[in-house]
Amino acid sequence: MTIIKRGLAALAAGALSTALAIPAFAEPVKFDFWFGLSGDLARVVDTLCKNFNASQMDYEVVCTSQGNYDATLQNTIAAFRAGKQPAVVQVYDVGTATMMLSGAYKPADKLMEENGYKIDYADYFPGIARYYATSKGEMLSFPFNSSTPLMYWNKDAFAKIGKTEAPKTWEDVGADLKALKDAGYECPMAINISANESWQIMEQFSAIHNQPIATKNNGYDGLDARLEVNKTKFVQYVTDLKKWYDAGLIKIKSKDLGQDMVQAFATGTCQVIMTSVGDHGTVGKTQKEGMNWDVAELPVYAGTERKNSLVGGASLWVLSGKSDAEYKGAAAFLNFIHDPKTALFWSTNTGYIPVTKSGFEYLKSQGFYDKAPYKGRETAIASLTASEPTEITRGVRLGNFTQIRAEFGTQMQAIFANKVSVQEGLDTLVKNGDAILDRFQQTYPGKTLP
Amino acid sequence: MEKRVTFSRSTIGILFAVPQLLLIFTFFYWPAGQAVYWSLTLQQPWGGGNIWVGLDNFRSILSNADYWNSITASLIFAAISTGLAMVIALVLAALTDRQLAGSWLYRVVLIWPYGIAAPALALAFRFILAPEAGFMAVVNRVWPGFWDPGLDGADAMASIIVAFSWKYVGYNFIFFLAAFQAIPRSLMEAAAMDGSGVLRRFWDIQFPLITPTIFFLLVINITESFQDSFGIVDIMTSGGPANATNLMVYKIYSDGFKGLDYSGAAAQSIILMVLIVALTIVQFRFIERRVHYR
Repeated sequence: MTIIKRGLAALAAGALSTALAIPAFAEPVKFDFWFGLSGDLARVVDTLCKNFNASQMDYEVVCTSQGNYDATLQNTIAAFRAGKQPAVVQVYDVGTATMMLSGAYKPADKLMEENGYKIDYADYFPGIARYYATSKGEMLSFPFNSSTPLMYWNKDAFAKIGKTEAPKTWEDVGADLKALKDAGYECPMAINISANESWQIMEQFSAIHNQPIATKNNGYDGLDARLEVNKTKFVQYVTDLKKWYDAGLIKIKSKDLGQDMVQAFATGTCQVIMTSVGDHGTVGKTQKEGMNWDVAELPVYAGTERKNSLVGGASLWVLSGKSDAEYKGAAAFLNFIHDPKTALFWSTNTGYIPVTKSGFEYLKSQGFYDKAPYKGRETAIASLTASEPTEITRGVRLGNFTQIRAEFGTQMQAIFANKVSVQEGLDTLVKNGDAILDRFQQTYPGKTLP
Repeated sequence: MEKRVTFSRSTIGILFAVPQLLLIFTFFYWPAGQAVYWSLTLQQPWGGGNIWVGLDNFRSILSNADYWNSITASLIFAAISTGLAMVIALVLAALTDRQLAGSWLYRVVLIWPYGIAAPALALAFRFILAPEAGFMAVVNRVWPGFWDPGLDGADAMASIIVAFSWKYVGYNFIFFLAAFQAIPRSLMEAAAMDGSGVLRRFWDIQFPLITPTIFFLLVINITESFQDSFGIVDIMTSGGPANATNLMVYKIYSDGFKGLDYSGAAAQSIILMVLIVALTIVQFRFIERRVHYR
């Protein structure tokens, strides 16, 4: 049913876009923007669109939420195959490889150049730009909503064990969790092990420790990249997490079980979580009255030289097959989003971080990070810019990565349920993940990533 | 002179049938044919082209242990949920038919579950069966660690079976009740006068007389358990933990739409179709023999 409904929604939206695309005299040129955020965030995007429409007379963007990232990509593909695609679409980070091979886009840098906009690409935080850029550094899409994970820790609980700072190494985390348990805390740390947590547990950990997820520089250098997380420091990490779980220092919290990590932290049930900076606002709004908490960069193993964490979120792609007038509008829209003032609006109303240095400076100059509830979010920028991106910490460029994430969830659940050992589980993850990569490569014979 | 209306030529008859045939072709044969074609190729999701690969998709699916695990899970799910939904509905219908006090109320109430959309009821059951917050939290307090659908595959399977059965009890109930009420009262009264008790009457009179209904519901329930389980799985378990509830129909969705592997998903749906057809044939061939049509 859902599939049918989504299909119908795509058709309806497609039909709407054709109806709206009929040019009329003295009317602004309309173009479509599909995005994957919902709820509160969707309302912020709608406001953003209204602000753009009010800022000039020539173009009108029609913004439509498709519910979530998966659905946005699915509906866009369906619409594209029917020739009814939107001009601009928001595609999540892991969809980047799929988009690059689709042949369905107009390179964003070229679009801006053709329409006379000068964008200083060096202004983007390198950790963000490289994630979306080609191996040669060209920006095919524009970074939009961006985040990175942080460690949220309960200051009150840590005060009880005589700590005033968040643990910086995983060794310290182990000791602190033990101390918290001994001090009577039922749930020292909460994690979840579904497909979604591949992001903070596998991808971010590997980046910060400069460990590869796959060969060929995480896939940037070719479609024949294959996973190798079963022989990196990641094995030790999963072993430790499992050990702490068995000792009752870590609890699994998910929506399916009644309470997700963020709720568990905000209510004071669990004392440490690792989640996106995007949840900073949620924790602040829903926290237990009077609870003291802060955020810190994700820990590293002792003796590791910390590298930059990866950006998460989505970028804006301009699709091929639209009219010049619509492309002009799309370029104006992207330029509007690139503006530091928009960055301030965006970061104030969501938990997302600014993507450019000038945006970050502008926010700082406005005193954004000085006061609650936004104080602490600059830690995300520190984490993203901890080092110049290395060949490995640019990002992850693997085909059908959504399925690999799902495989991550499956194997982690098998490991935590004691069905397989850590090494067996990660070996299976690599084996099944490689089959997915194999299939992706076969689907695009003779093609290479730009 | 003949008074019947006759059609001199078969063309007119065909013309009458055309609208219906067109509908069936457009909404069944055409997409099914398309699925067969996709299953024999590797489709690029954005429509950039495809490659003919013959039976490769089927080969890779059938040599995948996860897929066999998915088939096993689907069969277990189908068997248990169909059994539960039918037995409970049969008992409830039999009791309601006996005109016990308040039976008019059950008649209305018991039909409601079928009217609830699968995702909505799945959401409700997610709350009810949540190990930390819901009804099962009470059980967990008495026996810690007893109920853990987040990591225990059997518990997760039990949750989706309960949710699915709950929905189909309502559906089955309507049919069973109608079947019971179609049995002539005189038969039951005669048996009662001959001194047979409630259970005797049920096994010797009612049960044989409703076998056509039982058979119909068996076919429908098994078919639906393969197809209608999607919404429940999506909301309650997303196929986890560790693929324990990754039923065939859900795997088709996640591979095809989340993983953008359209060809693999097409091949899986062909296999699912063949499996359902085969199961239905088996039922008609072997079980229908024992059905007494009046």
